[in-house]
Amino acid sequence: MAEMTYREALNAAMCQEMDRDESVFLMGEEVAEYDGAYKVSRGMLARYGPGRVVDSPISELGFAGLCVGAAMTGLRPICEFMTFNFSILALDQVINGAAKMLYMSNGQIPVPIVFRGPTGAALQLSAQHSQACETWYVHAPGIKLVTPATPADAKGLLAAAIRDDDPVAVMEGELLYNVRGEVPDGEYVIPLGVAELKRAGDDVSIVTHGKMVHVALQAARALEREGIEADVLDLRSLRPLDADAILETVRRTNRVVYLEEGWPFAGIGAQIVALIQDEAFDHLDAPVLRVTQADVPMPYAKNLEQLAKPGVRDVVEACKRVLYMNGHG
Amino acid sequence: MATRVYMEALSPTMEEGQIVRWLKAEGDPVEQGDILAEIETDKATMELVARGTGVLRAVLAGEGAAAPVGEVIAVIAGEEEDIAALLGGAGKSVPKSEAAPDAEAEAAAEKSAGPSAQSGGSEGGGGAGRIRTSPVARRLARELDVDIAAVAGSGPAGRIVKRDVEEAAARAAAAPQAAPEPVSVPATVAGDDFTDIPLSQMRKTVARRLSESLGPVPHFFLTIDVDMTRLMAARARLNRHLSAQGTKISVNDLIIKATAVALARHPECNAWWQGDSIRRFRPVHIGVAVAVPDGLITPVIRNADAKSLTGISAEARELAGRARERKLQPDEYTGSTFSISNLGMFGIESFTAVINPPEAGILAIGTVEERPVAVDGKIVAQPRMRLTMSCDHRVIDGAQGARFLATLRTFLEEPTAMLL
Repeated sequence: MAEMTYREALNAAMCQEMDRDESVFLMGEEVAEYDGAYKVSRGMLARYGPGRVVDSPISELGFAGLCVGAAMTGLRPICEFMTFNFSILALDQVINGAAKMLYMSNGQIPVPIVFRGPTGAALQLSAQHSQACETWYVHAPGIKLVTPATPADAKGLLAAAIRDDDPVAVMEGELLYNVRGEVPDGEYVIPLGVAELKRAGDDVSIVTHGKMVHVALQAARALEREGIEADVLDLRSLRPLDADAILETVRRTNRVVYLEEGWPFAGIGAQIVALIQDEAFDHLDAPVLRVTQADVPMPYAKNLEQLAKPGVRDVVEACKRVLYMNGHG
Repeated sequence: MATRVYMEALSPTMEEGQIVRWLKAEGDPVEQGDILAEIETDKATMELVARGTGVLRAVLAGEGAAAPVGEVIAVIAGEEEDIAALLGGAGKSVPKSEAAPDAEAEAAAEKSAGPSAQSGGSEGGGGAGRIRTSPVARRLARELDVDIAAVAGSGPAGRIVKRDVEEAAARAAAAPQAAPEPVSVPATVAGDDFTDIPLSQMRKTVARRLSESLGPVPHFFLTIDVDMTRLMAARARLNRHLSAQGTKISVNDLIIKATAVALARHPECNAWWQGDSIRRFRPVHIGVAVAVPDGLITPVIRNADAKSLTGISAEARELAGRARERKLQPDEYTGSTFSISNLGMFGIESFTAVINPPEAGILAIGTVEERPVAVDGKIVAQPRMRLTMSCDHRVIDGAQGARFLATLRTFLEEPTAMLL
């Protein structure tokens, strides 16, 4: 085990896989000469050369299409979006190109590509650059999505994504890159579709993914001071979804809050609520609540941004509501 | 096409109705719109109208019987029509003693609710008598062999949640042979030293509403003692003017007017507590408590601050008259923003009244009587009246209530100030 940042863990995963498999390459804006807009690819140009660490023009639809084509012909591209906000332009290649090709070619043309970069809000980047893009990527069948929250998960999930023969989106977070944590040495791969209980408690379940895992853990600590023990289940992977892990925590606590960074309407939480009511209805003691971003474009003003984002207090409040505490309910 | 006749909600707060009498008998032809029965609600005796045409084939609840809102109390159908299925499925109350203790919990949940589950509030959904449970509570009740109809719910709107079932199971384990409490039959019972009087719908509502008030509403009380010299004189002068028209105004009319005008200037006291908000009203709608046989009701004088004294007087008299005959329509006794209760005519010096939720205040008016008071160092006799305001502290703070009462005192001690 070594302590490193989330940024370094992503770098370690890419290097681990590029050392192992010559067909893996990295392409994106500023990934080579500048070491990456967030320095995730630091040193990789020097290590692997301009043939495998490739700067692209500012042209998301163009270089995403190039990467999809490369994957169709047998390479394993890592397509870095400076943020997933910019990838909305490239969604035709992601959804109509990468996600559907295996199906449309009758299984003849796999597209083993990774789309990666930060998702969600950072600080005061305003409406167009502060959105959680998970829902855009999980809606269509044919593409997988993982959302590592810790350095160890970043390394293990990115490595698994690169090895997977299907398109996989790896959604990171600008505010996660400096997070430090223990990361296993050597080759480390976490299978896709396996959630992890980040904290165990029997009173209420906070189910979440990505950056919000840290908010959930803070909320759990606040609840602990009031004598409430919360489960914090990090889904880690939204497709495939670890339904068993979700149902297990529901059956244990009977009370669930889903926390996500994105908007509520048709959000990830809506899908999770549907699963729970479908498969664990008789284990619920209260309606499942969701804590999400406010249903507005992200405001630029600092105070409004804080209000729009889901925070620790919102999670604590929602947990108390599903526990019917403090006159709630 | 057969029509089920349901006990309908004939007042906004009605949960149960008592059949006073059937105006149609079994076998009588019925036209849609015909009056089928008279129903005593919690507020008044109302008419139940036929919703279908045919023959009144079956009466399922006799005169004097009470039925929860939503229960089928009769069936209208064609003369030869087979109504057996309707009768079987009719939601007749199942006496609790008949419910097998090991019955499927779901089946129990569909039955008419036991008393424990009647605490359901205004939260929507669910017909009368439906037991609210969380899914896991229902499953657990089945597994632990707990009769869910006998469990009291502690969740929102009385919902039975997991902990309630667990506690019920623990209690059952502690006292395995405890017999279920018999359901008391409402009937008049007389002994040597006592008479048991069954609760009428109105008495039930009075009991429920008032205990809902003094329990959860944090009351505090403010009392003032007012010099009524000028008001009594003004009333005498006004009534001399009105004598030609054969009418007169009462002290109470003047108090209603003064209270309404004072409230218009103190909207913080003209308000409702709504749980998650306080609603302050611009119009002043005064509820005036009227004693009726077997209870009380508060008809509402709307926009009382803007009405003339003669207008208030005529309306108060008319509403009180119909209240005593139990002929008020629901919109005539709902929607008040503040209430007044006057027991002066019974010689009560002063008292405290129980707030009528969601209102935030009520004035209790005592009798007007001559009392010695000290004025400029001398004892003089003056007509005095004591008023006690009950305030919901969640809405009104002490100083706010005091300021309102100061304004009211000004109007009562110097009625011309109302003209300002």
